Amino acid sequence: MAEAKLQETATEAMISTLSMPQGGWAQPAREDALARVRAMGLPQRRDEYWKFTRPDTLTQAEPVPAAIFEHGDAPMFDGIDRLRIVFADGEFDADASDDLSLEGVKIERLATAMSDLHWARDLYGTLEKNGQNPVPRPLAALNTAFATDGVLIHVTGRPSKPINLIYKHKSETSDAMLHHIVKLDAGAEMTLLENGPAAARFNTVMEVDVADTARFHHVRAQGRDHERRAATHLFTRLGTESLLKSFTVTVNGAMTRNECVIELTGDDASAHVAGASVGDGDFHHDDTVFITHDAVNCESRQVYKKVLRNGATGVFQGKILVKEGAQKTDGYQISQSLLLDGDSQFLAKPELEIYADDVACSHGSTSGAIDEEALFYLRARGVSHAEATDLLTLAFLAEAVEEIESENLREEIIGRLSSWLERRSG
Amino acid sequence: MLSIKNLHVELEDEDKKILKGVDLEVEAGKVHAIMGPNGSGKSTLSYVLSGKDGYEVTDGSATLEGNDLLDLEPEERAAAGLFLAFQYPVEIPGVGNMTFLRTAVNAQRKARGEEEMSAADFLKEIRAKAKDLKIDADMLKRPVNMGFSGGEKKRNEILQMAMLEPKMCILDETDSGLDVDAMKLVAEGVNALRNEGRGFLVITHYQRLLDHIKPDVVHIMSDGRIIKTGGPELALEVEHNGYADILAEVA
Ligand SMILES: Nc1ncnc2c1ncn2[C@@H]1O[C@H](COP(=O)(O)OP(=O)(O)OP(=O)(O)O)[C@@H](O)[C@H]1O
Ligand SMILES: [Mg+2]
Repeated sequence: MAEAKLQETATEAMISTLSMPQGGWAQPAREDALARVRAMGLPQRRDEYWKFTRPDTLTQAEPVPAAIFEHGDAPMFDGIDRLRIVFADGEFDADASDDLSLEGVKIERLATAMSDLHWARDLYGTLEKNGQNPVPRPLAALNTAFATDGVLIHVTGRPSKPINLIYKHKSETSDAMLHHIVKLDAGAEMTLLENGPAAARFNTVMEVDVADTARFHHVRAQGRDHERRAATHLFTRLGTESLLKSFTVTVNGAMTRNECVIELTGDDASAHVAGASVGDGDFHHDDTVFITHDAVNCESRQVYKKVLRNGATGVFQGKILVKEGAQKTDGYQISQSLLLDGDSQFLAKPELEIYADDVACSHGSTSGAIDEEALFYLRARGVSHAEATDLLTLAFLAEAVEEIESENLREEIIGRLSSWLERRSG
Repeated sequence: MLSIKNLHVELEDEDKKILKGVDLEVEAGKVHAIMGPNGSGKSTLSYVLSGKDGYEVTDGSATLEGNDLLDLEPEERAAAGLFLAFQYPVEIPGVGNMTFLRTAVNAQRKARGEEEMSAADFLKEIRAKAKDLKIDADMLKRPVNMGFSGGEKKRNEILQMAMLEPKMCILDETDSGLDVDAMKLVAEGVNALRNEGRGFLVITHYQRLLDHIKPDVVHIMSDGRIIKTGGPELALEVEHNGYADILAEVA
């Protein structure tokens, strides 16, 4: 009883610091989401779903200040022709953004898309609400209720270049909440890129509706500010013969919780989610994935790799739920960590729940040090200890990076990972 | 070239002596062969010379052209010109064979203060050398030794040797697992590298290989020591009579 009271107080304390944008088509969904948050309460330390990750810094009313980190390198995805949409501490930066027009896609902002019969009305908060069952995700509902902005992307064709959401961090105490909606019409295809630290604390929700035969590529680079904290949710619904490929690279960050909730609702659909994270010292990274197979002959892959050193912590919670009738499901899940020293830890909870009989699902989770035999072999050929370690570390991450379809983007990500290794070695 | 004196080696983790006073001198331009029963310490000698962890040198020395090998990191020994063709080449998932070799060639060049090899030169050279060893383009692209057959792994070792052009080559049972034709290819690869500046130490169980790579000196190792040294005829004797006579002779 006392416990529940405490939780209610914490939830109300958070809510009291936020103000719900008023008016417009999203208002009912926001009110509805607020009711959900109140009913669920914010995550607590004792929640089973937060067993490995302390929610405190994500749920406390004020964010922990985070120093701004100037890395001086070229911006992420700089070499790629893309349409840039920039948010600084969660606020849209028109000057830094490109013109929001691109053939085959319609881009609007949540904060300014006012028409009453907006297409996004049917989606806003819908996939998030769906994803609250069987496991509550209160931070996502909180986002639906209070997000100040975001993009609404309606993909009708095949835009010639990716859209890049760039999140800049300006104030040490910023607390940003963005909510994006992506709707792909049948046969449409697009690539969405995201990068940057965003704020001292960042809460994003992305709801993606992929219609039949549409293809959605998502490549995200979670930025380098050491002290930033983030909770992200990707909700995706997939139609017949559609495809989702979502990849996230995370470099540094005191706290990252990335939740991925995917529902395969049409036959022959395919969902690949992957992540490569590298962390040093005060680094906590949590990938929490829930994939539901609710159609025939669908495929899903989860490939998560973490490199941890100097006391860093990696978490993976991944579930494949195969519903009754979802025959011929092909589900694969792997989560692995490479511990570069004895201080770091990897906590994994892989789960399968299967209610159909004709399925092939496999999962595996491993945690280990660098392969000494391989290291010696490389060194015996003249490769230095540091360079050999880097080579083996990149090789370890390769299976996740290979989930990115575009070669250019793969190279970009490999470049980032290599420079992380270079900065750290020696 | 390679000078080993009274080398004593034990395992680091257990109280087990493996090498019990090895003396061996390989001159530049010469091919020495080491034969000996299983478990006599041949591979251990090759690992200790190349710097593998887990062994403790309790006495003796090993130098390459006068430089104390035992003091160097494995990569420094490689840069100094030492090469070991492994008895069991290691599979490395995720690291492309080409990338690996290029990294190795350039790392050694850098360590020696030489200029790195350009990508174009490297490609040209590796293609030519791979062709001689009948290693196809697909094998070059695959991760190091992954899915290679036993014989392919051994040929890949020789390719690395050819690319790195070491001064002192140690071949640990490079002939095991090779079919007759592959054995010829490997021997040709080795013979092509023979010159007056380079030394070879060939560990083998069989005369077969020595038909193709003619040794100048043959040593017999037993229980951590070189117990007999002779000319090529010593290998023939082992081939015909086994080790019993030799062991009895020195006992
Ligand atoms: N790391 C180790 N741990 C335990 N025993 C070891 C280790 N390394 C070597 N040995 C032992 O040392 C002895 C010598 O082994 P080594 O591999 O050097 O023999 P070898 O002469 O190469 O044999 P082979 O002809 O079978 O290849 C063997 O008894 C072996 O079991
Ligand atoms: Mg051996």
